[in-house]
Amino acid sequence: MEKYQFDVAIVGAGGTGLRAAIAVAQADPKLRVALISKVYPMRSHTVAAEGGAAGVVRDDDSYQKHFEDTVAGGDWLCEQDVVEKFVRQAPEELYQLEHWGCPWSRKPNGDVNVRRFGGMKVPRTWFAADKSGFHMLHTLYQTSVQFPSIQRFDEHFVLDLLEEDGECKGVVCYDLQNGAFRQINAKAVFLATGGAGRCYLFNTNGGIVTGDGMALAYRHGVPLRDMEFVQYHPTGLLGCGLLMTEGCRGEGGVLYNKDGYRYLQDYGLGPETPVGQPKNKYMELGPRDRLSQAFWNESKKGRTIKYPLGEAVHLDLTHLGEKYLHERLPLICELAMTYSGVDPVKAPVPVRPVVHYTMGGIETDGNTATRMPGLYAGGECASVGIHGANRLGSNSLVETIVFGKIGGDAMAERAHSLKDFDSPELARQAEAAQKRALDLFDVKGTESMSKIRHEMGQSMEEGVGIYREEESMKKTIETLKTLQNRIKNVGLTDRGRVFNTEWMNLIELGYTLDVAQCMVHSAINRKESRGSHQRLDGPDGAYKQRDDVNFLKHSLAFKQEGADEPRIELSPVKITTFQPAKRVYGAEAEAAEAAKKAKEAK
Amino acid sequence: MEATQKTMKVTVLRYRPEQDKEPWEQTFDVPYHKDTSVLEALFYIKDNFEPSLSFRWSCRMAVCGSCGMMVNGVPHLACKTFLRDYEGKDMKIEPLANFPIERDLVVDLSDLIEKIERIKPYIIPDAKNANMPLNKNFKQTPMQMEAYLQFAQCINCGCCYAACPQYKLNPKFIGPAALTLLYRYNVDNRDAGAKLRAPFLNSEEGAWSCTFVGYCSEVCPKHVDPSSAIQLGKKMSATDYVFNMIKPEH
Repeated sequence: MEKYQFDVAIVGAGGTGLRAAIAVAQADPKLRVALISKVYPMRSHTVAAEGGAAGVVRDDDSYQKHFEDTVAGGDWLCEQDVVEKFVRQAPEELYQLEHWGCPWSRKPNGDVNVRRFGGMKVPRTWFAADKSGFHMLHTLYQTSVQFPSIQRFDEHFVLDLLEEDGECKGVVCYDLQNGAFRQINAKAVFLATGGAGRCYLFNTNGGIVTGDGMALAYRHGVPLRDMEFVQYHPTGLLGCGLLMTEGCRGEGGVLYNKDGYRYLQDYGLGPETPVGQPKNKYMELGPRDRLSQAFWNESKKGRTIKYPLGEAVHLDLTHLGEKYLHERLPLICELAMTYSGVDPVKAPVPVRPVVHYTMGGIETDGNTATRMPGLYAGGECASVGIHGANRLGSNSLVETIVFGKIGGDAMAERAHSLKDFDSPELARQAEAAQKRALDLFDVKGTESMSKIRHEMGQSMEEGVGIYREEESMKKTIETLKTLQNRIKNVGLTDRGRVFNTEWMNLIELGYTLDVAQCMVHSAINRKESRGSHQRLDGPDGAYKQRDDVNFLKHSLAFKQEGADEPRIELSPVKITTFQPAKRVYGAEAEAAEAAKKAKEAK
Repeated sequence: MEATQKTMKVTVLRYRPEQDKEPWEQTFDVPYHKDTSVLEALFYIKDNFEPSLSFRWSCRMAVCGSCGMMVNGVPHLACKTFLRDYEGKDMKIEPLANFPIERDLVVDLSDLIEKIERIKPYIIPDAKNANMPLNKNFKQTPMQMEAYLQFAQCINCGCCYAACPQYKLNPKFIGPAALTLLYRYNVDNRDAGAKLRAPFLNSEEGAWSCTFVGYCSEVCPKHVDPSSAIQLGKKMSATDYVFNMIKPEH
């Protein structure tokens, strides 16, 4: 096996991975950076993000407001010290991308423009039309090519982490193009592998979003934090699940049920705002968890619209007019036309909630360090502590660059303090990982990988969907247990080593199954409702309420040696200045604020 | 899914470097309905008939650029091409033309990637802007942005190289996507690097190699119009040339 020596190895070349690589290169051009990804950088799923990235820039805005929106939006499960740092660093990183060439949409005077987004009090979402992630990713990729110290390993799939004396010292990966294995030793390893939306059947995510980095960390004893918090985006295209950005509503799009009624006013988000006059934190600009939950309730009341592909509500953009739509939401128009046959200029688009984002992830501190020395994580695969129980739209794109930068700086510092790692033990582990991968070719089983994948996705929708109950979660736990056994009996038909996607998909599915188990076990253990985790059960329905006494805590899912299921523990939440309160939107929020001000005035 | 499902004969080019001497064809009957994309047809084949079939894909929404391939001889994104548009015909799916086949529908894109990275695809600011503080932006009016925005929409799928007759004849040609990207940075008002990119633009493998067939623009799934970027690049290159004749560099 070929062996390489690097200072820093970064796994994943999306927004976070690229930003981290550039940060290391800029901190010290002598540091050797390996940037490893199972796809070419510009294929990473950052590319599909549409709406934008939040950062305080307007005179009527403040870090304090962004902080409060984020913590309240996360139902107080955020690490408040980390959120404080995050909101302060966000604008700087967004300006940095501007200097690197990102085509942020502009005001007539040539300054960067911002748009409204759900759960945000003030418009603060920087956007590049509705292709914000695409432009951020390409800007970062193109910017990165000027740094010779970054050596890319494109289309290299990571099979395992190398670990010695409790420290992470590298990775072993499979080179798809050449069918070869490579051992990459490094003083710091950064996981930036994105989310795990593929645990679910109906999701907005690309095929590559299989939770690889989460599973790698988990298998090495690093806990996954807050995995029960899975975001359903309220507006996915019926059928395929492709995303209709929240920017649609930020620009003034409205949601109707089958009676042509703006149903969100029945769910604590009203009163109804006039069409064409979107108001922050009201109605369609409420947070994602609340909107998805409202859909579920409308469905129970029989007020959704029935299509051959399922139930939907209508996202109406027609009042915005062709010119404005084509300027602000060109991709949305293209996607709706291509994949739904609906022209948003002329007709409302049928949408429904769809799995979109994993709030939880690999536990890290505010500097992206995990509890294993040498192992770092950032972006969607990490739980650095800013999203809590529900992420606000446009906080995650900016998370990629803020924590990519912070992680890169932290790793550069670590690399300076250490000599190169190498030992026979690392080589032995790399050989063992290769053997485990190759042994999969010897399995003679008859199980079908696509069936296992489908049953996992179905079972996750049923057990750990928008609303959850003990009984259905238990069923999902049982199903996943069975699937963990069945996956051991998948026989591969493809015997080749070069670009063997069947083989790679099998290993990915193993990663995804591990992550799915962490999600459902964390969920069943959380006997309360908070953010995106909503329960319908408990004695006298007790779990329907938020329970700060017992559950103002993070969930940690640990791998248990010898057991096929995770162990769940709780850990404290860092609260600095913003004490937990009722989470309110619409008129109720304004009343609460007025009361608070009156009290302060006394 | 509609009740009355139709079936299409779909032929896929296969090539497994470890066992096949040369590419061969394999045909499948694929059921489809009005929303079935070529990508979904490939999923169907992989899940039900031939798990060893390899192809690239990810986003399913025509933005990641992974699934460029030839459909009945024309470069397309598999996720944005639908079986319904080939009704009554057979379908043949092949890897992108003009690139070496790595395996099945997967081509070796390293030449495209190398060219994209060669032309300095990043902002090279002038001296007075090199250290702009991170609390202010470059001024760029919507009109200034319009000069390049269309050319910044390329998803690097490679369809334009598969369409380009010039690239087929001369693989050294820098080609549509990379030249478009070069032009995109040259006309960005934040950039002052045109001079550093001029050797690529003006070289024999640069814009002047293009014979303005325009097929690249026709097949571009994102309507980037590389052909027009290259013609604009030629204009820029010609100005450069004349300017250098009358005012030699110091």
